[in-house]
Amino acid sequence: MSDPMDFLLLTKGPLFNLAVTVFALGMAARILEILVNGRRPNYSEARGGQWLPGLRTVLTRSVADPGTFKRAPFNVVVGWLWHLGFIVTLLFFIPHIALIKSLLGLSWPGLPNPVVDLVTAVTLVALVATLVHRRTHRVKRRISTPEDYLVWTLVFLLVLSGYLAYNRIINPYPLALGLHILCAEVFLIVLPFTKLTHIFTVFIARWYNGASFGRRGVES
Amino acid sequence: MRVFEKNPLEKGLAERLREHGVSRRGFLKFCAATASMMALPPAMIPAIAAALERARRPSVIWLSFQECTGCTESLTRSHAPTVEDLILDLISLDYHHTLQAAAGEAAEAAREQAMRDNHGQYLLIVDGSLPGPDANPGYSTIAGVSNYSMLMEAVEGAAAVIAVGTCAAFGGLPAAAPNPTGAVSVMDLVKDKPVVNVSGCPPVPMVITGVLAHFLTFGRLPELDEYHRPLAFFGQSIHDRCYRRPFYDKGLFAETFDDAGARAGWCLYRLGCKGPSTYNACATMRWNAGTSWPIEAGHPCLGCAEPRFWDAGGFYVPLSVPTGPASDYLLAAGAVGAVAGAVVATKARGRAKEEAAVRQPVTVEELEQKL
Amino acid sequence: MSATMSGLPSIPVQVETPAGGGACHGNALAILHEVRHALERLISTGEATRIDLHALPFGAGDEAWLTALLGTGEVRATIEALGPTSVQETAIPGVWLVDYHNAEGQRLALHLEITCIPGILRTQCRELDTAVATLDTRLGAATPGGSRPLS
Ligand code: SF4
Ligand code: SF4
Repeated sequence: MSDPMDFLLLTKGPLFNLAVTVFALGMAARILEILVNGRRPNYSEARGGQWLPGLRTVLTRSVADPGTFKRAPFNVVVGWLWHLGFIVTLLFFIPHIALIKSLLGLSWPGLPNPVVDLVTAVTLVALVATLVHRRTHRVKRRISTPEDYLVWTLVFLLVLSGYLAYNRIINPYPLALGLHILCAEVFLIVLPFTKLTHIFTVFIARWYNGASFGRRGVES
Repeated sequence: MRVFEKNPLEKGLAERLREHGVSRRGFLKFCAATASMMALPPAMIPAIAAALERARRPSVIWLSFQECTGCTESLTRSHAPTVEDLILDLISLDYHHTLQAAAGEAAEAAREQAMRDNHGQYLLIVDGSLPGPDANPGYSTIAGVSNYSMLMEAVEGAAAVIAVGTCAAFGGLPAAAPNPTGAVSVMDLVKDKPVVNVSGCPPVPMVITGVLAHFLTFGRLPELDEYHRPLAFFGQSIHDRCYRRPFYDKGLFAETFDDAGARAGWCLYRLGCKGPSTYNACATMRWNAGTSWPIEAGHPCLGCAEPRFWDAGGFYVPLSVPTGPASDYLLAAGAVGAVAGAVVATKARGRAKEEAAVRQPVTVEELEQKL
Repeated sequence: MSATMSGLPSIPVQVETPAGGGACHGNALAILHEVRHALERLISTGEATRIDLHALPFGAGDEAWLTALLGTGEVRATIEALGPTSVQETAIPGVWLVDYHNAEGQRLALHLEITCIPGILRTQCRELDTAVATLDTRLGAATPGGSRPLS
């Protein structure tokens, strides 16, 4: 594809439809499967409610307890940093809001571009830090799988291409924007089939955990 | 490329102007206007003056194919210098079937004459796209000659070809899907001669004359980008030179055409502005003798100087929004996926239940016997 | 179609005129810094600078804001050559506004010149060759019986 505008139109048209289709098919199937399957029936007598403890765990598991923080401060701080940065840029950059509105009809106020730009830069640095940490930490290196690196690369490329496009570092712009959209499409397609699924399942999992604690009468 | 050597006895421009009673100051002023028109810094004015003093009139042949005459309309609104000056003093416009007085056979004869006399040296300007060699030539003809053969014949003896307007440069409206006439651009057909694309629908008038002035002044074509567009005019995007950019950077956007933001002159991104992906000179050269330009008038950029702009999604749809019906795909695929997931899970549950139903209790003794 | 039929009167039109001097979109500010550098250059090396104000991404009001800020100085001149050109010294010595128009009154170019005197105001040395001849012709026409070179 030699023509940047053709490339952009390809990513904005057919490729985007394809990515959205694969993503929606895969993700809906996975979530429905989880929900319908439910959990193994528990025949013991319930010692407490499930809903509240479930929700409480969604919260408490999201904030690291002091013990975890002491053992792995890097994981907690940097992990939080880039996750937050990713969500902020994804949900509060005006062009993204326009895109989401066109897809779902939902819209909300955005953040000024320089704020998003700064957050993106911090996210990029944090992402590099996580990779360095993963490679230098003995245990982490042992437990890392190829999938972990694949997921890291996808996330990093997605954020990086967005940063380059916004700051107009790659020229001409249709090429830069096309590359960013292409990264997003690969991300969407891969999402339902890798651990990226946690974007949608993390809270379900935490709720199940908390609910089962609640039922057993354990502190959630 | 030296096209001005055709008649060494012909006088240079400065001398001709002086004979017409134009003073030295008038000439310097003309040079200042020309520099402005070529988007060159004023520091270049002495060099431009020196070059223009020696400049000779190139012969220009202008062919119009599948077009709306908007580009010629635009050119005749070029104000610096006036088009009369341009035609009479700077170039020798030997054929332009809309502007010339002659018509019919006389006009075609003038074209053939100019092509013969200036073979290898004339400048060929084209506006409009044309049916490609494989398309039905009957879609567009002039004096019974197909656009394709007229172009190829004229290109043969041209020093360079300037494609004026998005149609000539990229196919434009005639080539928009489903492209019923099989329209192609000049650059699709001309491979062995330099092609300059002056895109825009229409191009900024000063850009058309600016390219001519550059050719005339320096005797060569200006530097071009990857789409063969002169960098001096197309080197930066609308967005990069837009005076509303500070609002974009601050995140202040007009949401509708008459809200408070629109009245305060905020950025038009959410109203579909294609300025970030469009490369043209509107933001600095402006329109209507430098009065204003679309974004200053409150309308988003349509992206008219870029290839395929007619097919690049709605004019009032933000640049980040996909061009296809992606939300339909999202919904349909989501529904199918949900059903599939539910079916698979239900089946699995059913199997688990069946197995639970036929499960036989086993005692320790029985197990020990089996082992 | 009448205006009422087209519903034109029902469209609320609101024109906002910024108070005094026009609005500044921040783009004119950068020019002032450029002018400052040019002035320093003029003072230290005598080198003159020309800035093409039409090549800048100005918004509505930016130009008015800039010219109002620069103010009006002591000299104002008009040159009649290929249409009027007005030369105006601003309140800042050495900073000139040169506004080129064609015979139809359309602006051809607008320059800021940072110099002691804009070149276009000077007599053009190239035209001195005709000076004596022109004077002699006029003298001849004014003196009955022809002219003699004065000694
Ligand atoms: S109006 Fe258009 S070109 Fe101007 S800053 Fe906004 S998006 Fe960019
Ligand atoms: S503002 Fe955009 S659409 Fe309008 S003329 Fe300029 S390039 Fe074309």
